[in-house]
Amino acid sequence: MEKELWKGNEAIAEAAIRAGCDCFFGYPITPQSEVPEYMSAHLPKAGGVFVQSESELAAINMVYGAAGAGMRAMTSSSSPGVSLKQEGITYLAGAELPAVIINCMRGGPGLGTIQPAQGDYYQATRGGGNGDYRTVVLAPSNVQETVDFVQEAFDIADQYRNPVMVLCDGLIGQMMEPIEWHPVKKRALPPKDWAACGRKGRDHHNIITSIFIAAEECSDHNDHLTAKYAEMEKNEVRWEEVQCEDAEIVITAYGTPARIALTALDTLRAEGIKAGLFRPITLWPFPEKALHTLAEQDHVKAFVDVEMSTTGQMLDDVRLAVEGRKPIRYLGRAGGVMPTVEEMIDLVKSALKEVK
Amino acid sequence: MAVVYEKSKGLTDAELHYCPGCHHGIIHKLVAESLVELGLLDGAIGICPVGCSVFAYNYFSCDMLEASHGRAPAVATGIKRTHPDQAVFTYQGDGDLASIGAAEIVHAAMRGEKFTTIFVNNAIYGMTGGQMAPTTLIGQKATTCQSGRTVEQAGMPIRVAEMLSTLDGCVYAERVCVTDIANINKAKRAIKKAFEKQMNREGFTFVEVLSTCPTNWGMTPLKAVQWLKDNMIPYYPLGVIKDKGLEV
Repeated sequence: MEKELWKGNEAIAEAAIRAGCDCFFGYPITPQSEVPEYMSAHLPKAGGVFVQSESELAAINMVYGAAGAGMRAMTSSSSPGVSLKQEGITYLAGAELPAVIINCMRGGPGLGTIQPAQGDYYQATRGGGNGDYRTVVLAPSNVQETVDFVQEAFDIADQYRNPVMVLCDGLIGQMMEPIEWHPVKKRALPPKDWAACGRKGRDHHNIITSIFIAAEECSDHNDHLTAKYAEMEKNEVRWEEVQCEDAEIVITAYGTPARIALTALDTLRAEGIKAGLFRPITLWPFPEKALHTLAEQDHVKAFVDVEMSTTGQMLDDVRLAVEGRKPIRYLGRAGGVMPTVEEMIDLVKSALKEVK
Repeated sequence: MAVVYEKSKGLTDAELHYCPGCHHGIIHKLVAESLVELGLLDGAIGICPVGCSVFAYNYFSCDMLEASHGRAPAVATGIKRTHPDQAVFTYQGDGDLASIGAAEIVHAAMRGEKFTTIFVNNAIYGMTGGQMAPTTLIGQKATTCQSGRTVEQAGMPIRVAEMLSTLDGCVYAERVCVTDIANINKAKRAIKKAFEKQMNREGFTFVEVLSTCPTNWGMTPLKAVQWLKDNMIPYYPLGVIKDKGLEV
């Protein structure tokens, strides 16, 4: 198949159109503005709807309306804008509406910087809005994966009636890479017979709501959602292991740092150091069991977690999975500065020295 | 025996939860009757607010969505843009629409979104227990302005219908009340006209309905109606505020 050179953000938009996205609602923010720009030019030609909203809050609520009426709906933003969308995401989760949300992460907190970062891991995986809910979080580490995941995200959302987030960073959004538009596997999806799209002869009215005012009803609803999240944990967890079979030290990283880690691995292996990479692809559900199993292997002596976050956000999940079986070292850079290959190599070497 | 009156098919059989003397029940009925009479009910999609009418989805027999506080116009935008041939309406109170949802209603009107908003203005937050709203009148008491609203503290109340009328995308705005038969009839004519203009794809249509809140005003239903006439109508004048194409 022929390769084409695409900019990450434009590829995200094109992937959504190819996945049958009916409508896109968005608001400009760097470094993701090429998504709404591309959508405004191309989605209407494909028969879809584009609206530039007055705010991120309005955009996610337009998604709520369209999704509630049975449409494939998407919005995209970057960190400060995704904070504003949190209200809508918890309502989507509560009302069980499928939607795709792109977060092209930039540095924070607050306005931070427009450069790439990974400081929204907690927000994405813990649920930045109120209440008990989960969103599937797909974390691509290059443009090819991004376009594949965006297309699949619509199916995952429809399958579970749940919002799905594609969490990339500004680097993926802004860089150009050769990609293939290979066919993405389609899932068998349930009919949207729940949609509030007008009765048109139906013998009952459909209601989309997240309010269950009686305590028992709300409790039952929470149990129902939790059972659904358990299904997602069972079916949707994804990760990649690179040279972990004999690894003495394993780097854990997702997105852009995982990509940088591949270069570090080459150098380390060339020097005879048995290093591997464990890359979570779904951040929720987190590949906890797989990482735990790896931590229990005798050949694994230590872990090095690398993130574009100084507080160590995925580090919490790594610790929970490793369960103290092996020591964990941390390398974090935030505010738009990326961890370097040299820094990774140095930390791997010093961590190995400590355990050997 | 001839049937001279029956409940609108646009309403379900669910028992209304509204307080005695509250006007939501009458306004629901007028919206439901209008949808039926215009033949729009079967395709209609409504959006309820957060506030006293949060459960309106149980009462209207068309498909309904519950929005987060103030966001009904954004939700309606997402629906109407993808279902342009169907009647779409938001039903919102004054806390929902004029306070937390001010941005959403202004921009929906600015874009000329082709849905209808029924704005129920009772000059107070009802469901949360009588706090001051942007529409609370000067001197009117509320739980967050217990000696009465003052200009110094909270500014002057907002006249939403007039404000939205300044926007080209808003093609129709009328303020009505439902205190008596004559006004109920006028209110219904306004609601039907709004839906007709929506279906003619003319633009954004808005009907503000002044309403009582006997519970939080601390009045009997009859006194509340009188208070509305004596105090609300002078500040919120009734009538057509904008009908694009017609001089008002």
